[in-house]
Amino acid sequence: MSKVTFRLIIINIFLSTAFASFEKELQTQLILAEPGDTITLDEGRFEILGTLSMEGKENIVIRGAGMDQTILSFSNQIEGAQGLSITNCKRIILENFTIQNTIGDGIKVQYTDGIVFRNVKAEWTGGPKATNGAYGLYPVQCSNVLIEYSMSIGASDAGLYVGQSKNIIVRSSEVYHNVAGIEIENSINADVYNNYAHDNTGGILIFDLPDLIQKSGKNVRIFNNLIENNNLDNFAPEGNIVGQVPPGTGIMVMAVEKVEIFKNTIRNNKTAGTTIVSYFITEEAIKDSLYNPYTASIYIHDNIYERESQLPTLNHDIGVLLALRFRCHVPDIIYDGMPDPRYANADGQIPADRRLCLENNLNAGYVNLDISKNFNKWYSPFIASFSTDEDECNCSQTPISAVKLNIIE
Amino acid sequence: MEYAKPNLSDYGFFKIPMKNQEPVAGILPFGIATELFSDYAEKLRFIQVPVNMKISVQADNTLLFPIGTTFIKTFYYFVDKYQPELGRRLIETRLLMNTIDGWLAFPYIWNEEQSDAVLAIAGDRMQVDWINEHGESMDILYSVPNVNQCKGCHVYENKLKPIGPKIRNLNMDYMYSDGFMNQLIKWESSGIFSNLSEIAHLPRTAKANDFNETLNGRARAWIDINCAHCHRKGGPAETSGLFLELEQKNLRALGVMKPPIAAGRGTSKFKYTIVPGEPEKSIMLYRIRSTDPGIMMPELGRRLTHMEGAELVREWIKAMPKSGK
Repeated sequence: MSKVTFRLIIINIFLSTAFASFEKELQTQLILAEPGDTITLDEGRFEILGTLSMEGKENIVIRGAGMDQTILSFSNQIEGAQGLSITNCKRIILENFTIQNTIGDGIKVQYTDGIVFRNVKAEWTGGPKATNGAYGLYPVQCSNVLIEYSMSIGASDAGLYVGQSKNIIVRSSEVYHNVAGIEIENSINADVYNNYAHDNTGGILIFDLPDLIQKSGKNVRIFNNLIENNNLDNFAPEGNIVGQVPPGTGIMVMAVEKVEIFKNTIRNNKTAGTTIVSYFITEEAIKDSLYNPYTASIYIHDNIYERESQLPTLNHDIGVLLALRFRCHVPDIIYDGMPDPRYANADGQIPADRRLCLENNLNAGYVNLDISKNFNKWYSPFIASFSTDEDECNCSQTPISAVKLNIIE
Repeated sequence: MEYAKPNLSDYGFFKIPMKNQEPVAGILPFGIATELFSDYAEKLRFIQVPVNMKISVQADNTLLFPIGTTFIKTFYYFVDKYQPELGRRLIETRLLMNTIDGWLAFPYIWNEEQSDAVLAIAGDRMQVDWINEHGESMDILYSVPNVNQCKGCHVYENKLKPIGPKIRNLNMDYMYSDGFMNQLIKWESSGIFSNLSEIAHLPRTAKANDFNETLNGRARAWIDINCAHCHRKGGPAETSGLFLELEQKNLRALGVMKPPIAAGRGTSKFKYTIVPGEPEKSIMLYRIRSTDPGIMMPELGRRLTHMEGAELVREWIKAMPKSGK
């Protein structure tokens, strides 16, 4: 049977049954798409009841009439958790539309090489709530990921979340009212720049977690971002790792190697402008023998810090600790003092290229919580000896190279 | 798509009237030890192996099906489960075909007259009602999966694969028209195995609803068939680090005291997938019980809770020693 007649038969079948025609037609297009096809979404607001999915396709563009012109609304979703699910594809471009109020993640993309989100928004319109979906735009186990001119509003985990992926650019996007604005997790080679992360619980998180397939996240650059007022109460459903992020976090790096943070403006994040911590901070047991819980090679330079005099969060142990010690004048850069012992020289010193290096940051206060020595006295800030001498981080490192994506745009 | 015929009748799998689901010669009915829960739908399974072709058994007891093999699975409900003589309504028949382009899955939806089923690659949703074995009237919006959703479960290392037909799931007696017989022996005698070893040496999955089996065997069998098609290395839920296949020996990978990765609302404030001895604090049980699409597991294929399965998992977690970290 020729493809044309086959398509005609299919379309006749759809007309004869009753699931909302826009949804059914779009799902059919996603199934029948051929390499090179562009699937066009008209201007308007469309109610979708179940997850839309695309699988095993190459060179497909899904294009709406504009971020605020084409809205796929999942407010009445009854089936599946995601809005749009894309798996096992190559070179997919999503642009100019909004996914709204999904039960779970907005757009999840898995096992895909070459995925572009351009001018795409994921949002939950009822404000920040624990019942919102977890991730806004969610590429996981992908390579060559580009997110640009996009937005996420209201994700109860991370707005723009890239997990277990390689070769990533997240740029020129805006995120607010999420728990984490942008999160790069267990990923290798990522550039995060020109973004505006504001009014989240944490602005930008770079994490490496145990028990996952892709481990050893590294080579992450965070630059030219404006990261401000990330003071939102943490509304993640309890039990999630981001639920541990203290409200008032600008940038948080956990257990990752080779991170360069530069030329950002980081202001009025009340608890921690930038935190560099090991996985030990979570107080979770580590059962994954291949997992490295330490940070190493963290280079923070040429950033501008600003901070109004205000108390850190009192809803979090670290915030309380900082408040007791520093009151309204919390340092901007907070280090847990846990370098990777594997990198120590014979004399016990960590060479500069494996350390935390701070250079030429404007208005940056610093504190080393030194949790290896103070661990037993964690809740006794008056006894604990914290170093605020940033000279211990007076070093520089070789810049990390820019990410090159292999994407036909 | 060129493999899919518009109507189920075009394949000639069944004698007329098709609603009786009597296969033509060369097509074998079969069952599996423990089934995936699909909103209490009953299932009829058949396999067609091309004439003179054989299934080969690999060293690790996985099965290699020849090109041209088709699995046929029909979903139906009794009008009244307690009075099966009142008849049944066939809902859909799913085909899983092994082609030179790999395995392909196609759903067919039965017509009102129950005379034939029609290809529906985008799936469908329909209201279905029946009376269950407790005499309760049930009424759900039944979902027929689209071809992508088929793959959502049937994918392994990016390729579509059968899930149920494994040596260990088939290694059991089945009621044939001429009496009970071990399915593997039946298949062997039909000449569709190239190299089956001694049945006594082959693994066997427990029946989750057979109380003569061990609690651990029943629970692991239920979790295997309901969860492990995604929750295994190479499966779509491998991102969670939770691996639930029957062969899994690592307790942490099974969820014991394992924190979730991207569970979102699925945690219900609980910190671990399984807390030994504490089913009511275990994320696994919470998600198995839930019918909220943002929380429930599996994500697809049900609107109801499998009460019996949830109870089984509850008992299993309850029985784990509390110190079992």
